[in-house]
Amino acid sequence: MIYVKFFASVRERVGVGEISLLMPEGGVTVEEVLSLAEDETGVLLQDAHLLAAVNLQHVPFSGVVHDGDEVAFFPPVTGG
Amino acid sequence: MIIKVQQEDFEPMAEMAAYPVDAIAGAGGSVTFTGTVRDYSEAADILAMEIEHYPGMTERELERISAEAARRYDILGSLIIHRYGHLAPQDNIVMVAVWSRHRAAAFDACRFLIDLLKTSAPFWKKEVTLAGARWVTDCPGCRAGGREGHTHAPYTHYSHTQLK
Repeated sequence: MIYVKFFASVRERVGVGEISLLMPEGGVTVEEVLSLAEDETGVLLQDAHLLAAVNLQHVPFSGVVHDGDEVAFFPPVTGG
Repeated sequence: MIIKVQQEDFEPMAEMAAYPVDAIAGAGGSVTFTGTVRDYSEAADILAMEIEHYPGMTERELERISAEAARRYDILGSLIIHRYGHLAPQDNIVMVAVWSRHRAAAFDACRFLIDLLKTSAPFWKKEVTLAGARWVTDCPGCRAGGREGHTHAPYTHYSHTQLK
């Protein structure tokens, strides 16, 4: 399984904070996980200024995702 | 280094006084920055601020940037406190404190930490105004509507994805 989390404006657009996806055979990139999440939720996210994290670390969308990983999508951060 | 992510308010001077003295023995001074909620934004008066964060990743990012500050600058100790949840205008949001033997390193490291925190720690602000609530967008590139792969800061190792 891949555990996908959404935060802030992305969470509001999707309507839920977390979904689970079946791990496809052959491995996937973060970008492919986003496509799978769009299919699962029916919400298009590709036009957002998205950032991603895998297992709590910032990653590029070309990053590789493994079975059991937590993948998060969120807008640019605005703390401080 | 000490990291605190909390809902509760904090008192900057009390937090600094409580820092373990052994850790900062030999310090010649400290520099602190405290951030508070503004009562205005570009469009409307702000009634409140909601701060969301990513539990787990937030602490990890703050630890990462604290370690990076210790690697770059000759400092003895650092403290970061960041609040989340419902805040009112004038409330404290964040504080960064740095102790060092000489002042330059403390000033530089404090600036480094607050700047990097703003672009890497997963916090998101939502302004509650008379006209409604909306998510804050701090990135000039985003505000300008740029969709190309602009980076968020010189220190970050990530950038906006290039979307087709």
